[in-house]
Amino acid sequence: MSLLEVRNASKHFGNLIAIRDVSLKVEAGELRAIIGPNGAGKTTFFNLISGLFAPTRGSVWFEGQNVTAVPAHRRVRLGMARTFQITEIFPELSVRENLRIGAEIAKGYRLRPWLARSEAAAVARSVAEILALTGLESKAGRLVGELAHGDQRVAEIAMALTLEPRLLLLDEPTAGMGDQETYEITRLVHDLHREKSFTIVLIEHDMRVVFHLADRISVLDQGTLLAEGRPEEIAANAAVQAAYLGKAA
Amino acid sequence: MSGESARKLGVIAAIWVLLLLVPVWMPLLGGYTALATRVLVLGLAAMSVNFLLGFTGVLSFGHAAWFGLGAYGCGLMLKFVALSTPLAIVGGVLLGGIMGALLGAFIVRRRGVYFAMVTIAFGQVFYYIAFQWSSLTGGDDGLRPFYRQPLHFGLFQIDILSDDRAFYYFVLFCFAIAVAVMGFILRSPFGRTMLAIRENERRARFLGLPVELHIWIAFTLSCFFAAYAGALYALVNNFADPLVLHYSQSGAFVVMAVMGGMRSFWGPLLGAALFVVLQDYLSSITVNWQIYIGVLFVVVVLFFPRGLLGVIGRKVS
Repeated sequence: MSLLEVRNASKHFGNLIAIRDVSLKVEAGELRAIIGPNGAGKTTFFNLISGLFAPTRGSVWFEGQNVTAVPAHRRVRLGMARTFQITEIFPELSVRENLRIGAEIAKGYRLRPWLARSEAAAVARSVAEILALTGLESKAGRLVGELAHGDQRVAEIAMALTLEPRLLLLDEPTAGMGDQETYEITRLVHDLHREKSFTIVLIEHDMRVVFHLADRISVLDQGTLLAEGRPEEIAANAAVQAAYLGKAA
Repeated sequence: MSGESARKLGVIAAIWVLLLLVPVWMPLLGGYTALATRVLVLGLAAMSVNFLLGFTGVLSFGHAAWFGLGAYGCGLMLKFVALSTPLAIVGGVLLGGIMGALLGAFIVRRRGVYFAMVTIAFGQVFYYIAFQWSSLTGGDDGLRPFYRQPLHFGLFQIDILSDDRAFYYFVLFCFAIAVAVMGFILRSPFGRTMLAIRENERRARFLGLPVELHIWIAFTLSCFFAAYAGALYALVNNFADPLVLHYSQSGAFVVMAVMGGMRSFWGPLLGAALFVVLQDYLSSITVNWQIYIGVLFVVVVLFFPRGLLGVIGRKVS
């Protein structure tokens, strides 16, 4: 049983077919990159997986369960956490508060009027762990909205980690970053995958990052799955090269 | 960190000392105690609006409905059911709060302008009911007669009808309970989910939050607070008329909250104080007093978007 399976998914927006009959299997422990030219439907595909909207046809399975009709917030509780291409955080709260909210929801405390001392301590512990893991400790007291762009991206990943996800969906983690920031976030994702053995699916434009990180790569082009395979197979694939260079093979 | 919390504690202590000593300093400034009572009650209503607006990020333009239902519920209890001030308050709170909870279920799926529009519409429904159902509500003439009753404590009783000062302290006591509960909620894990929704609804949803459910709970709590304020308002006036249900009253609450500072807990109380005092003072000079409050509101929104308390807070820190 794959951790995540998408079966023949299509998504239509009126006349526009954004995703056409795409299937995907991601095994536990894998790091999968989804690449493709602009407008290939990568983010739409992510939205289908995470439940922002339902596919027009096809189905999404998570840990053997059909989650096609499961709303987004409940997919999160099943173990799917995601980040967005445009950072989605709580800008006017501190980094620590951002993570604390995630940790409290993950531990099922969201409706609680108060926490027992031991529960509050458990929340604080998991927040501290993730701050250490993501290197945000020194910025924990600052408002997320005031951090540098790169740190905001890291904070969003940190928020996803508070949910103790079994599948981490990262939409262009290096979007808008300089070289140094790209290097740091690549290392973070690498560590999450190799050392913490998170299963990760990421969309990425930076090919250095993709080929450095990915176990397998899926290539989308004009809403269809163009190719899938190990990085060296994808690099050698003529159809992929054509799609990227915009010429016939 | 500890310096900050010490400062906050100091501010809160100062606010309560100020409120407790109102009967002492109010007359010195040319005011009267009953004016402060109105400030507390309308301030509580504005704080209930701000519970949604400032802390959940949802604008209700119909809170007069729950406020007014609280007032009518309280008045009807006193007039027809039982001559007991506490029971009347409970009646008002339940009427407004439960109605808010029921109708809130239809409202919480809407967002932004649509949310505000639907709250106005529901609010106006109750206005017209109170207006038309003369046999029960007194219609346009308002609900009367009813009077707040002395508080019985076994061996002694407190006359809150003719003793302004005693009534002020009674209202302050009721206000303190509501404010304590409100503050407690905002510091709870649930309260933090409200902030999460205010800050970024999509992120909240993708942290696993059933956003609509949480907005509904926040809305319902807010309606109970508004109804509580409304019940007290009926006691202040010994009277309830359909205008307490009118959308212009809802607008006044929003103005108080925004003027005082919607990101601050106490801002709406300051806004209400300003509103009530200006109204009291200006309306004795001109019938067009609202235009002055309107101008002030525009100035605050344009130049101090965080409200008066937002400005003061920044100066202090």
